[in-house]
Amino acid sequence: MLTHIQRLEAESIHIMREVVAECEHPVMLYSIGKDSAVMLHLAVKAFYPSKLPFPLLHVDTTWKFREMIEFRDVMAKKLGFDLIVHINPEGVKKGINPFTHGSAIHTDIWKTEGLKQALDKHGFDVAFGGARRDEEKSRAKERIFSIRSAQHRWDPKLQRPELWHLYNARKNPGESIRVFPLSNWTELDIWQYIHLNNIPIVPLYFAKERPVVERDGTLIMVDDERLPMREGESPMMKKVRFRTLGCYPLTGAIESEASSLVDIIQEMLLARTSERQGRLIDHDSSGSMEKKKQEGYF
Amino acid sequence: MAHVSDLIAEDIDLYLKTHENKSLLRFITCGSVDDGKSTLIGRMLYESKMLFEDQLAQLEVDSKKIGTQAGDLDFALLVDGLAAEREQGITIDVAYRFFSTDKRKFIVADTPGHEQYTRNMVTGASTADVAIILIDARKGVLTQTRRHSYLVSLIGIQHVVLAINKLDMVGYSEEVYNQIDMDYRSFAKEIELNNIITIPMSALKGDNITSLSDNTPWYRGETLMGYLENVQVEDVNVESGVFRMPVQWVNRPNLDFRGYSGMIARGSVKPGDLIRVLPSGRESRVTRIVTNDGDLTQAISGQSITLTLADEIDISRGDILAATEILPGVADQFEATIVWMVDESMLPGRPYLMKIGTKTVTANVSVLKYKVNVNTLEHVAGTKLELNEIGICNLSTDQLIAFDPYKEDHDIGGFILIDRLTNNTVGAGMLHFALRRSQNIHWQAININKQAHAVIKGQKPFILWFTGLSGSGKSTIANLVEKKLYSLGKHTYLLDGDNIRHGLNKDLGFTDADRVENIRRIAEVAKLMVDAGQIVVVSFISPFQSERRMARELVEQGEFFEVFIDTPIHVAEERDPKGLYKKMRRGELKNFTGIDSPYEAPENPDIHINTTKLSPEQAVDQIVNYLTHIGALN
Repeated sequence: MLTHIQRLEAESIHIMREVVAECEHPVMLYSIGKDSAVMLHLAVKAFYPSKLPFPLLHVDTTWKFREMIEFRDVMAKKLGFDLIVHINPEGVKKGINPFTHGSAIHTDIWKTEGLKQALDKHGFDVAFGGARRDEEKSRAKERIFSIRSAQHRWDPKLQRPELWHLYNARKNPGESIRVFPLSNWTELDIWQYIHLNNIPIVPLYFAKERPVVERDGTLIMVDDERLPMREGESPMMKKVRFRTLGCYPLTGAIESEASSLVDIIQEMLLARTSERQGRLIDHDSSGSMEKKKQEGYF
Repeated sequence: MAHVSDLIAEDIDLYLKTHENKSLLRFITCGSVDDGKSTLIGRMLYESKMLFEDQLAQLEVDSKKIGTQAGDLDFALLVDGLAAEREQGITIDVAYRFFSTDKRKFIVADTPGHEQYTRNMVTGASTADVAIILIDARKGVLTQTRRHSYLVSLIGIQHVVLAINKLDMVGYSEEVYNQIDMDYRSFAKEIELNNIITIPMSALKGDNITSLSDNTPWYRGETLMGYLENVQVEDVNVESGVFRMPVQWVNRPNLDFRGYSGMIARGSVKPGDLIRVLPSGRESRVTRIVTNDGDLTQAISGQSITLTLADEIDISRGDILAATEILPGVADQFEATIVWMVDESMLPGRPYLMKIGTKTVTANVSVLKYKVNVNTLEHVAGTKLELNEIGICNLSTDQLIAFDPYKEDHDIGGFILIDRLTNNTVGAGMLHFALRRSQNIHWQAININKQAHAVIKGQKPFILWFTGLSGSGKSTIANLVEKKLYSLGKHTYLLDGDNIRHGLNKDLGFTDADRVENIRRIAEVAKLMVDAGQIVVVSFISPFQSERRMARELVEQGEFFEVFIDTPIHVAEERDPKGLYKKMRRGELKNFTGIDSPYEAPENPDIHINTTKLSPEQAVDQIVNYLTHIGALN
């Protein structure tokens, strides 16, 4: 009998192969986080001994942790995958940043718009994303194959019923599909899988002395000189780690002693707040994830 | 997330070791709007200690603000997702929830209890091992309970929990419990639900969810959580059954390696096993099961694998690899149950794409035998299937497919239907068996073929398909075109809508379903005439894109030309050559195309005739010029 992890693995591989067999130009979104790491590991497994039959796309915001970018480039070299990095030129031109423009505009321009640009530019018709249904309430009813209009909008009425292992990957001209092979994984499953398979992850997940400032109850890492210091603020060294990774000014660190994978899992299991707590974009307003999704955010 | 286990803090390595071996159980909860479904799921999440403090804090705030429990924790709020539906107080679609205990990980399919019910429940149930059917103790077995149970049985879920909920509202009465249990079991027998366990509970108060309640001292059975943690769902037949794997993808990194990837639907496989490829019937032996962690010595049902074979045989996506002891059937005509899932009705004769396993073929319902009323289980006659209706049908596919009956194998007996124009998933179905006639009717090989027929007539055969509204001028122009072609020495035949309805199609009326069948027959007749080397002029309203496309696909490329006789409806009504519009306006005609029955104009006709600008003679010139230009008349 298969364990729950084996069943999840088989399902994800099945989903990825289905896309490659039925679609013309798939791409895998690579956000460098732990979910992406698992998704990438599964993809390598799904198509072995063939090379990955699609490129990886990183939609960069220029505000990611430096260690994330280093890790990304090392992985690309090590695994030999085809990596596309897209940076929204409009964001560069206007110098979009979370401090003067706020987290909502920052996310919209760099991530939502950047992603749409990259998909259109390369003509990708299917994009794999690492989102999980357990992450947030509005994700719970997201399909595994999620149809987007030519404008990349998500329309609840357009979504198709998914029965058995049968996925409908057909689409009309201009439409595209976001596919979520990790839909049925939980945060614990992800960590367990990383543990079982020794999957490399960005060192930021492990606790280490890092320079941080405390703002509105959240610890923000001073990753480079672009973080403006407020009156009376100066970076202090604290042993911290991150439960999710994103743009460094928008990602809260937690104080932690967890320096190994097992420590991290133990800490997560004993934790008292949910993973998304560290992600500042969710707190804008109630139902905010749903609004973002309709606009084309992953 | 504060799992109860002390092991987490004391010995995390041991904890992880045990949790690696957890199994997975998927279940669905079925109930009507007020049966307390969301409350039950919310309660299970809460009891399994899967909630974080920030989520609990949010729950407390929400319970006070929009809760229905007078400020007490309203567990239903944990699972009501989208903002719009949170306001309406109902859930709209299928949502999936996750929790785990020390023994198992659970995935719950949560489906709403209102109009869209059949579609959503069938979707959620298709992947479930267990169904929890909720009953409000105050109301007993209702029509909805029967409906949910029928759908559970239809989808083939083997294990059912009858949760008699809200028992606190009837004073935890054992008598009420016994009565409902008895009522339900006598009904369940009729629909072949056998493995049923009944649990008295209150999701709101938490009775018999994780521990046996003092409020029901007369109940000595399992708690809900206890049952879910321990029920054995792995069907022995499936695990030890004969090997089946639909080929999903052919893995060819280089000339030296050719692997076949797929998920094992049934049974197990190991190197050395003899397998047969279906429908082709070739055989070979498995040589390796390849992974990037080294080869496997065996793989079992549910695993996604890549295997290699000893012989180079032609295998592609959609084929089934099967153990040779017991082989799947191979057929192109079936009896099946179909559940319809969209507003636009299912019309017999209309071609749909059918995805079964990893194969996609074209299929149509040849006969809708009867519909099943999901509330009464009565059989009802019908000519089409509407949203949320269930029909027993004969189904015919355009090519042979390998299959097992759905009862034996959900993975290669279950299918979806896809609309060819919108690409939406429009229906789901389950194959019962192959119709015997499909095994006994073979194509008779014919020596004098289409080409021979065409040569002796000295022409290229093709179909000139006229479509347009009643009174648009189709018949007039088609008639003149035929005369012109005849004068050029061509062998032609004109199939006219009105004339055919006097003979071949006199049994058909003007409903959508009959219109589809009307066109299907004409398309088949036209195809036979093309085989006979004839140039066929077809003049039918043919209002639907789907059927015109079907007609086009029956013949080869370059043998079908669509002529759109484009006349605005007010012009057609002014002309009214047969007096039909007047009749319709007097209310004597129903289902009139363009008025109360739709006309889907061609998007890219081969020839577009605008009758407000051209005389019939000019139209004929345009058509004949087109045909000459593309070389159809050489």
